[in-house]
Amino acid sequence: MAAIANPKSPDQRPDKPTNHARNAGLLSIIPGLGQLYNKQYAKAVAFFIVVVSYFAVNYDLFFKGAGAGPGDRGGLWGLITLGEVPGPRNDHSIFLMVEGIVALILLFFGIAFYVWNIRDAYRVGRARDQHLNLPSFQMQLRNLRDHGFPYLMLIPSLILLVFTVILPLIFTFLIAFTNYRYNNAPPAKLVEWVGFENFTRIFEIDIFRDTFVGVLGWTLVWTVASTTGVIAIGIFLAVLLNQEGLRFRRLFRSILILSWAVPAFITILIFRSMFNESFGVFNTTILPALGLDPVNWMTDPTATRTALVLIQWWLGFPFIMTLMTGVLQSIPGDLYEAATIDGATIFDKFRLITLPMLLFATAPILITQFTFNFNNFNIIYLFNGGGPAVPGQTAGGTDILISWIYKLSLGANPQYGLAAAITLILSFFIMTLAVIQFRRTKSFKDEDMI
Amino acid sequence: MKKQKRINLAISYVILTLASIIILYPMLWVVGTSFNPGRTITSTIIPANPTFIHYKNLFDLTISDYSLWYVNTLKIAFITMALSVVLVTITGYVFSRYRFVGRKNSLVLFLVLQMVPQFVAIIAIYVLLNMLNLLDTHTALILLYAGGAIPMNTYLAKGYFDTIPKELDEAARMDGAGHLRIFWQIILPLAKPIVATIALFNFMGPFNDFILASLVLRSPEKQTLAVGLYNMISKQFDNNFTLFAAGAVLSALPIVILFFMFQRYFVSGLTAGGTKG
Repeated sequence: MAAIANPKSPDQRPDKPTNHARNAGLLSIIPGLGQLYNKQYAKAVAFFIVVVSYFAVNYDLFFKGAGAGPGDRGGLWGLITLGEVPGPRNDHSIFLMVEGIVALILLFFGIAFYVWNIRDAYRVGRARDQHLNLPSFQMQLRNLRDHGFPYLMLIPSLILLVFTVILPLIFTFLIAFTNYRYNNAPPAKLVEWVGFENFTRIFEIDIFRDTFVGVLGWTLVWTVASTTGVIAIGIFLAVLLNQEGLRFRRLFRSILILSWAVPAFITILIFRSMFNESFGVFNTTILPALGLDPVNWMTDPTATRTALVLIQWWLGFPFIMTLMTGVLQSIPGDLYEAATIDGATIFDKFRLITLPMLLFATAPILITQFTFNFNNFNIIYLFNGGGPAVPGQTAGGTDILISWIYKLSLGANPQYGLAAAITLILSFFIMTLAVIQFRRTKSFKDEDMI
Repeated sequence: MKKQKRINLAISYVILTLASIIILYPMLWVVGTSFNPGRTITSTIIPANPTFIHYKNLFDLTISDYSLWYVNTLKIAFITMALSVVLVTITGYVFSRYRFVGRKNSLVLFLVLQMVPQFVAIIAIYVLLNMLNLLDTHTALILLYAGGAIPMNTYLAKGYFDTIPKELDEAARMDGAGHLRIFWQIILPLAKPIVATIALFNFMGPFNDFILASLVLRSPEKQTLAVGLYNMISKQFDNNFTLFAAGAVLSALPIVILFFMFQRYFVSGLTAGGTKG
């Protein structure tokens, strides 16, 4: 509460230095007492009620258990021990863990409010030490409205975000350090903390290591191949469409953009039928017409991979094309004129002017394209379910990390702990990219952080 | 020089025509298949004896739940879109215009969250919904979509709001406008492109999503188009390709129309919110 007020006139100033700041701060260890000391009665009551009722309401959740099992001693206890007595009427490790995370999140906000209470008392006390006029009650209310406005507006989004994104993510990360899997699942059994066992298993057990290496390799190849192809085709077509004197420009653009307009899942399913090995249009019509033999699109990993990359090119380029068209129109024409005078060919101009301008202006979005394909679950799963199956692996021949995680979590004999560990590894990859990307975007640069 | 230019243009026409054929072929194929009698795939684009029977069958509840999926999908997509637009424009505005304790930390948090797709936490989401008794409900799905969209779309919105001069707010504040009124009457009307972008993204997101919908929705009559259409042609045997084709055409059409209507807006919204310059 930044209270701005005029200093009192000098003759009213007492001689003795006061210690209101320290006293008020210490007193607010019991919330509200510091404010009472500062003679802000309404505020004192408000603080007291908020903090006390907060901890009273959540006491059960924190320390006593919200009623999961008879031995339940609260969210924090549950989070640490994950339960002591297994069984349907006793401790359910996973529920206990969720309860514990909720307790932690609530505790975080509670402590934040508590700290704010102490700081507020301390600041007001300091203002009194310096003999500043304290803001009136009305002023405080107005201050609260102005300073509270952003928080008030953020509350709905924040609550939704906590429960649909943050809580599940924390939960997943915690599962990575447990032995939670299908044949070791509550209520019949207790889940235990196992430290880094899941991570070492990925690298020590042959079948997991081979699968992990294989899947990671293909994920990277897939990401790079599909994304660079999309970008190259997008730029190429944008440049073609932007030529002077080209007719039917709007018609061409509208047709080419169609593959963006049609929902991707529909197109992927259409391609799934077209690539069908026995009666799909590629094997029955197109390849024979070109004098080629039919290809085992769905059972040969290399063929499936090729098909996937081609489909992603088909799906992805209009976005880049549209983006680049916008940038192309903003490149000043005199650059090209000057280059022409210097005797540059079209290719020189493209390589030395157009391409650098395009890539520079859109770098952040291009990086998003890489992360998008890195996590492009839909195309992998809808096209061929990550298949064909590969002997000696728990993932199919075209599974990328994200679809492998899906299979490990929801397939036969789910390995939740292992899937969560891979999720952690994957998140690490993406976050590295994220930092690179956002150091470059404008909306982040203005913030002068990182 | 002129001759060179004409050759370039000629080559361009050839390439563009070829590209157009590659884009149009699968679409024409699916339209053709949808008019084809029988259940299996044929390779002809123009069927010999076209029929509307598949389109009729789609809306016959004894044959297919398609009409239910359609209603479900539209309902989920529209509510998600409305909810997201409200939440995201407000958070974007707050992050763009206000300086408050915790702002920078929240921005960093959003940045990290937008990179990790929500569905890596499928197990956690499943357990949570199970605990809350929300499995197999559209409410759960809508909340998941809207929540998952917050981090990334907030950045888009904030990026766009940052380009609107702050002097406008200040002038309005001088005239006595409150916080919400400035947002509502000054900022939002100027931010139509980004609102359209966010609306489109959050409509298309649920429309396109397969993974969360297949996780949350259990009963057949509650499913969405993505899951329903996938199940139509992913069985080992007995796939109904022609019915699927009709369903695909009907699902894609409104989206394509919507897309072309809003195209002008979201292209500028996207470039302004994301690029640097």
